[in-house]
Order: sequence, then C-alpha cells, then structure tokens
Amino acid sequence: MLLAEQLPVIIVTVAMFCGFTILLAGYLNKKSAFWISLLANIVFFALSILTLRHVLAVGPIKYWQGGWRPPWGIEYVVDAMNAYLLVILFFIVILIEIYSKRNVEKEIEARKHPTFYALIQLMVAGLAGITVTGDLFNMFVWLEIASLTAYALIAVAGGRALRASYNYVIMGSIGAVFYIFGVGWIYAATGTLNMADMRILLPVVYDSRLVQMAFAFIVVGIMIKAYIFPLHFWQPDAYTYAPSSVSAMIASIHGKVMIYILIRLVYSVFTLDFIRYYIGLDLIICWVAAAGILAGSVFAIKQRNVKRMLAYSSVSQFGYILLGIGLSPLSPWGLVGVVAHILNHAVMKGCLFLAAGSFIHQEGKWDIRSFEGLSKRMPWASGAFAIAAISMIGIPPTAGFASKLFLILASLDAAQYPFVVILLLSGLLNLVYFWRVIDRMYFVRHEEPTEGGNEGTRRLPISMTAPMMVLAALCIILGIFWLTDIPMPLINQILSDLSTGGRL
Amino acid sequence: MMEWLAQHVLEKYNFWIAMTIILIGLYAAMAKGNLLKKLIGLSIFQTAMFLWFISLGDVGRDVMVTWGLKGGTPPIIWEKAVEEGYTYVNPLPNVLMLTGIVVSAATTAVALAIVIRIYQKYGTIEEDEILERELQEEVRYASG
Repeated sequence: MLLAEQLPVIIVTVAMFCGFTILLAGYLNKKSAFWISLLANIVFFALSILTLRHVLAVGPIKYWQGGWRPPWGIEYVVDAMNAYLLVILFFIVILIEIYSKRNVEKEIEARKHPTFYALIQLMVAGLAGITVTGDLFNMFVWLEIASLTAYALIAVAGGRALRASYNYVIMGSIGAVFYIFGVGWIYAATGTLNMADMRILLPVVYDSRLVQMAFAFIVVGIMIKAYIFPLHFWQPDAYTYAPSSVSAMIASIHGKVMIYILIRLVYSVFTLDFIRYYIGLDLIICWVAAAGILAGSVFAIKQRNVKRMLAYSSVSQFGYILLGIGLSPLSPWGLVGVVAHILNHAVMKGCLFLAAGSFIHQEGKWDIRSFEGLSKRMPWASGAFAIAAISMIGIPPTAGFASKLFLILASLDAAQYPFVVILLLSGLLNLVYFWRVIDRMYFVRHEEPTEGGNEGTRRLPISMTAPMMVLAALCIILGIFWLTDIPMPLINQILSDLSTGGRL
Repeated sequence: MMEWLAQHVLEKYNFWIAMTIILIGLYAAMAKGNLLKKLIGLSIFQTAMFLWFISLGDVGRDVMVTWGLKGGTPPIIWEKAVEEGYTYVNPLPNVLMLTGIVVSAATTAVALAIVIRIYQKYGTIEEDEILERELQEEVRYASG
C-alpha cells in the first residue's frame, strides 16, 4: 500500500508543521491553539496505530527521503519497536494534553498559551522523529529538537524552573555533543551513518579501539539525556519546578524515547555480540542499573516535595530498563522486561505526575506532610495516585508487577541471582516511600475545616480527572494484559526485529 | 621518541588541537560559577567539536607531497580534477556540521533567553548567589 509506506514521514512532517500552525492560529485566537494541537495528536495516534498494524502484518516500513538510496540518503525505518513506541507516545500525549487544558489555564498566563502548545507539538514532533529515523545524524537533529523544546517548556514555569532548565541546557547539550562525538568516531571507522548499513560494516572493526571509544561516548551522552543514575543531576530540579503537565509529559515519554536511542543502538547497530564479547560491558551495565535502582529509591525516601520524590523514583525506574538491557545478552526475558516496562512506566509515572499535579492545581499542596485528608476532598485523584503507587510497588495484578516479574525471570534465567534480590529490595523501598504518601492521604485523621461551603466550586474539572482515571485503569488492565497471550505476537515481532536489526 | 612524536602528535595534530579546545570548553561549562561563562564554555565545547568533525573529512593529506596541493581539493567536479584524478575532501562532515552549527546557535539562543529571565528574577547570574537565595527561601518555608 502506497500510503502505509509514507506514514512515518507524514506523522513527523505534519507534526512539525502543526507546531507552526498553532503559533499562527494562536495569534488570531488564543483558544484555538489547544484544539488544533489535540486534534492533530488524535490524528497522529490513529496513524500510528495504522502503522503498527501495517508493520505487524507486512513488515518494516522503509522510506527514503527524497528518493536517495539508503547509504547516501536519509532513511526512515519503522519496525515493530518503533511503531509500538509511536503508539505509546501519541496515546500519552493525548491524555496529558486533555489534562493540561485546565491546568495550563491556571499555571501559565494566557498570552503564552499558543507558544506553549506550539512547543509541546514541536517536542512531540522531535520525539516522533527520533523514533522513526534510521540515520544516526538525523537522530541527533531530532534529539536536539526534542531537547530544546523541553528546555523551553520547563522554563515556562518561571521562578526556580529557570535555574533547573539552565542546568538542563548545559548538561543536555554536553550529552548531545558526546553523542555526536561517538557518531563521528564510528563514521570515521565505517564511513556510513545509516544504521542498517553500519550494522553490516561494524563487525569488521569490532576490535578497533576507535569503535569501542565511540560506543562509550554515545552511551555516556544518552545516559545524560535519559538521566540514568550517575548522570541524573539535572533531572530532579527540572521535574520538580516544571509546570505539572510538562513534568508528566517529560517523565512519561521524553525519557522513554531517549532510552529508546540506547536500545536501538545496543541491539540493532552495535549488536549484543559486541557488548558481550568485545567489550564485556553487559554485567557492568547491570550493576550500574542496580546502583541506580537502589540509589533512586533511597533518594526518593527522604524527599518532602511529592514531585521531587516522583522524579527520583523515575531515576530508579530507568534502572529497571537499563537492567533489562544489561541482562538481554544472557536471557531473552531481559528484552521482554524492557519492552513491557517502557509502556508500564509511561502509564504509571504519567498517572502519578498527573495526580500530583492535580493536588498542586487544586490545593497548592506539594509537601507530602500536608496531604492529610486528601482522599476525602479529592477522592478520584487520590485513588488514581494510590493505584499507580501500588503498581509502582509491584503488587499483583498491576502493571508494575508484570515488568518486575519479567526482569526477575530474566535474572533467574541468566543465573544472575544478586539482581533478583535487588529487584525485590527495590520493591520494598518503593513501598516505603509510596506508603508514606498513601498513609497521609487515607489513614491520618484530619480535622475538616467546617466553615468551607465552597466544596462545589473546588471540584476537580472532569477534563483533569478523566485522563488520570484512564491511566489508573490501564495500570491494572496492563498488569493482566502482559500475563496473557495477547501481547505475544507483538513481543515476538519486536524481539526478532530488534535482534536481526529488522531493517535488513 | 621522535618517531612516536611524529606518528602520534604531528600526524594527528588536528585531533590534539580539537581535543585541547574541547577540554577547555568542557572545563568552563562544568566548573565556572557564572552562568554566562558556563554558556561561553559550552559554545567553545560545541565549536571545537565541529572543528574536529570537519577535520575528519580532510582525506587528501598525501596529495600535499605529490602534487604540491594543500590537502584534498574542494568536492566539485571540474574537468581538470576528473582528468588528473584529484583526491577531494569528503563533503559530508562539512554538511553535517552546518546542521550542527544551526543546532548550537539555537541552544545558545535558548540558554541566553533563560539567563535573561534568571537575571530579571534574581538580579544576579552567579550560581552560588542564586543557590543561596533559594536556600533562604527554603529556610523561610520551613520556619513557617
């Protein structure tokens, strides 16, 4: 089918143009910005589902920009992994945009709304671009589009967000330059920038110190961007002070797409053989991930600000994904854990940030110690928070349980027993810091101020509650979904696409 | 010793120069307390990376000796070049770095805009003074 071949490029370019359309339309009518953005993202969501169906039925989509053949021209490749990520990306973006309408009206002054939605749309275009591209330098450009808009979106909140955003600019740019350094080294070694081509040419030079250096530079660069444990310093501030909907969006999808770059490079460009036999990095990756899992949780325990706690919890959760990557040369379950956790964490963390944002929106409460009686006043939001928190802890039948189960199976299969202990311990630590919040919300006795009378006016708008409830419901549905046979064709397709490159 | 020097330093002088500048830039970006100086460091860092990347494309070094030319010729097809089989410089790194320069300019613009906003809010662009101000706010919050 002719259209299906062009779906990835349609999504990316139209998303890009939408960014500018929103800006122009916003000058005429401030309200139109939100609706254009929402409508566009719903269309892209539908297109990305079409893409996924096409990829599962027919096979990877390849699109040559300008008709130039791959090693010379830029190639866009969508295989099962990319299509899966695209669907997650647009689904979460739609929900968070619906939520953000009322939230942004309160947190950001009206004259900035068109710019805000234009930036969101550009960020989504950048993230979609990273997902569909099959060219390493093109990926850098999309990476910078996604990052630059994220810097600006964080800074929109003003105040302390400015300093947080500035740190992010410095660290993020250093990360991007490290990435392009690595790309330069492998370009010098192989003379190509196309991923599929590079996969064919690299094995000859696996022994070369140049290629090993290149891998190190790329990994460090992406680790800064994806805030993996030792390099996460910019992240907690940025998440804490950004506008609530931006925190949710960045936490649930920005980081996922960043770590997708690492997954794509590890599996499809450098291949697991290189990681395991030429540089022997697989277990080191696992231990870095384990350190991140524990350190993120320990830092989260001592936080008072709920958003900062969630930010550290994200650092810990990215350790899970990295652990899956590290275990995958030893066991196929590792990759299953990665694939499952990308979706699960996007849903759980999105839900948690939306709920935390609604506490701040409604009552201005960000301090966990002031959460008494919140379950009475905001039952839906607290309920969503509690379900997502239980899912993060990993109690069955929730989504978090499924990804923990896959990772534990992976460590058992690989005979790496210490990681089983670390995963269980991390579940306990999650319990400690989430239970603190749930306990405050549900069980601490609280004296209701009787002279309220304004209960009716203070109800949370339905456009903010609904996305949270959808995500909270998904936390449970996904937990069952992953344990059934339904996702098996998808997982198998992703596994085979990633490990054969999917693009040959 | 001289052989080592010739092989690792003189022959790869472009790497040494670029790496020195890169380290200067990285140091400034990480260690300086003034936000503008950090940004200058970042710009140096990025620009040095472009320099290094472009020098990768210079493949015609041996031509210097045989034809008395300085490096490869520009990557343009003209009659004499085709006839005599000139080695030409790889154009791809140059093109890539053009894109890189655009990205770097955009990063600088965003960072400068944020610095201006920080100056409007805090009245200073020294990082330690800003942190001190934030600490005072924390203390004020904690004491009610």
